[in-house]
Amino acid sequence: MSASKQEAATAYWKENLRWMLILLVIWFVVSFGFGVLLVDQLNAIQFFGFPLGFWFAQQGSIYVFVLEIFFYVWKMNQLDRKYDVHEE
Amino acid sequence: MDTQTLIYLFVGASFALYIGIAIWTRAGSTSEYYVASKGVHPVLNGMATGADWMSAASFISMAGIIAFAGYDGSVYLMGWTGGYVLLAMCLAPYLRKFGKFTVPEFVGARYYSQTARVVAVICVIFISFTYVAGQMRGVGIVFSRYLEVDINTGVMIGMAIVFFYSVLGGMKGITYTQVAQYCVMIFAYMVPAIFISMMVTGNPIPQLGFGSEVSGTGQSVLERLNGLGAELGFTPYTDGSKSTTDIFFITMALMVGTAGLPHVIVRFFTTPTVRDARKSAGYALLFIAVLYTTAPAVAAFARTNLLTSVPNTSYEEVPAWFKTWENAGLIAWMDKNSDGVIQYGPGAAFAGKPEFTAERGASGERLLKNAPTPTTTEVYVDNDIMVLANPEIAGLPGWVIALIAAGGLAAALSTAAGLLLVISTSISHDLLKSNLMPNISEKKELLAARVAAGVAVVVAGLFGIYPPAFVAQVVAFAFGLAAASFFPVIVMGIFSKKMNKEGAIAGMLVGLIFTFSYIVYYKFINPTAGPNEWWFGISPEGIGTLGMIFNFIAAVVVSKFTAAPPEHIQHLVEDIRVPRGAGAAIDH
Repeated sequence: MSASKQEAATAYWKENLRWMLILLVIWFVVSFGFGVLLVDQLNAIQFFGFPLGFWFAQQGSIYVFVLEIFFYVWKMNQLDRKYDVHEE
Repeated sequence: MDTQTLIYLFVGASFALYIGIAIWTRAGSTSEYYVASKGVHPVLNGMATGADWMSAASFISMAGIIAFAGYDGSVYLMGWTGGYVLLAMCLAPYLRKFGKFTVPEFVGARYYSQTARVVAVICVIFISFTYVAGQMRGVGIVFSRYLEVDINTGVMIGMAIVFFYSVLGGMKGITYTQVAQYCVMIFAYMVPAIFISMMVTGNPIPQLGFGSEVSGTGQSVLERLNGLGAELGFTPYTDGSKSTTDIFFITMALMVGTAGLPHVIVRFFTTPTVRDARKSAGYALLFIAVLYTTAPAVAAFARTNLLTSVPNTSYEEVPAWFKTWENAGLIAWMDKNSDGVIQYGPGAAFAGKPEFTAERGASGERLLKNAPTPTTTEVYVDNDIMVLANPEIAGLPGWVIALIAAGGLAAALSTAAGLLLVISTSISHDLLKSNLMPNISEKKELLAARVAAGVAVVVAGLFGIYPPAFVAQVVAFAFGLAAASFFPVIVMGIFSKKMNKEGAIAGMLVGLIFTFSYIVYYKFINPTAGPNEWWFGISPEGIGTLGMIFNFIAAVVVSKFTAAPPEHIQHLVEDIRVPRGAGAAIDH
């Protein structure tokens, strides 16, 4: 790898890690946060016929997981091109 | 046509379809056999992953488990879906870029060590056999229940089918069969779910019906469930009874375990590009989420039906499905106070699974040999019944029942085939080719893979026919061990350039031995111990999380005191982090 390519790869990796971290925080908050640790507090709130904490534990967290992966796919395709590391 | 004929027709047609696909896609090279030549479209790979992942337990038992556990059942819903987020971001794209055939192969190459690879192979084989035994049993149960053959004949028919298409088609055959199986399975799951949602709430979408009002009561489904349950003395459906710590640890162990299961990881080796590996993780979770967001709704509807129609009803007036499934042995009623009325409440009615005598009681119920418990509850309901009996409870026509039979078989067969492939690949590629017979030709390696798959099918079938008493308990093993071994080792291999051979092996061993000992102790040696004796109140199901943490700690500490990995390994890590240059199938 040439020096400039090496630099691009390092920058790409850094930005990848940043997005990954953001998404993992969301992943943790919707499942372990809303669905487990804060479930009793959130259950005081009604949400379309569900106690909110229960909804996150049995429905909401799963929807968020799906959206997160597709966002990551889209973001990474963008980064692949930005740093010129995409597949031919 | 009567229901029985329809069942034969549906099951027969689905089997013919799978066999047809297997012949059409049979594998000619090791690359086709191991990873379908890395040519699988991401949407199809997503479906195949979904079918591979959703086992007989997901299809038949999960809704029932949730129906009885309420909020506590959330551990399975979050645990078995959240792992895909980890897969998509932390594992799949990099392992695809690495570009080889198996998980132990990655472990061996990244940690420049045959020892690490062999440890990994042993884990793979242990985890996969644990899992496959349950699938074969599932096949047998569906056969015996719907096709009126005995369980053992059912297992043998299942073995023959799986043998045929996994041995012939390898990964390529399995992938396309799994796509078909996903379609059969999801259709079979959704049709009764939609009808039952309409019946209970008037809303055809189960996920929305779940939050709607129960027709004619003015209460939402969950309010009604909590209310009905409270009258009978159950803890509220939306609260659950496990400790928060335990829920946390079990959910984490299932998530991380999912991301570390070899038969799931290997599916991402089959896509043409790194980009497609990421995308297919998204599709896989989307397809899985369809079933996993429906299951809790089905659970709530089924529970509502059970609580409105059974408790305090006299046996003579109980709905017909109660008696049908009593005859099948999945429901039992012990009239403890001899009043002819069914009492239902928390706790078990009697010790163990029902063992019936040949006689009938005063009300016409099947009598039991089991010792009664001191509780007032008189009913035993098997978890599986919630999905199996739904079509009858909802009064659906015979073809829907036939569909459930075909769907349950699709779920069990697709998972079994995926696991068997992983076992055969580990033996032929990681043990034979890389350790024992490095000069083996590709043709011979392919033959070895097929022979290994054949032997594995027979062993799995024997587990199905003579199920070891601990099958139910060992599921905790599969997830716990995957969480405590593979996940940390692979993640550190990708995200840390400095992680070395010594650290990885120490981490795997610490994670494995700790998790294994804890599960063996609390499941087999001292199974009566409860939350007060468990470490920090963590059940054996959740201990993989702690094992994973110990693995990380041991690996980091040991790697600080030993030599850094060689230069070429650090370059390898840099290389797998960028997508460019993944190319098509890589020859060896």
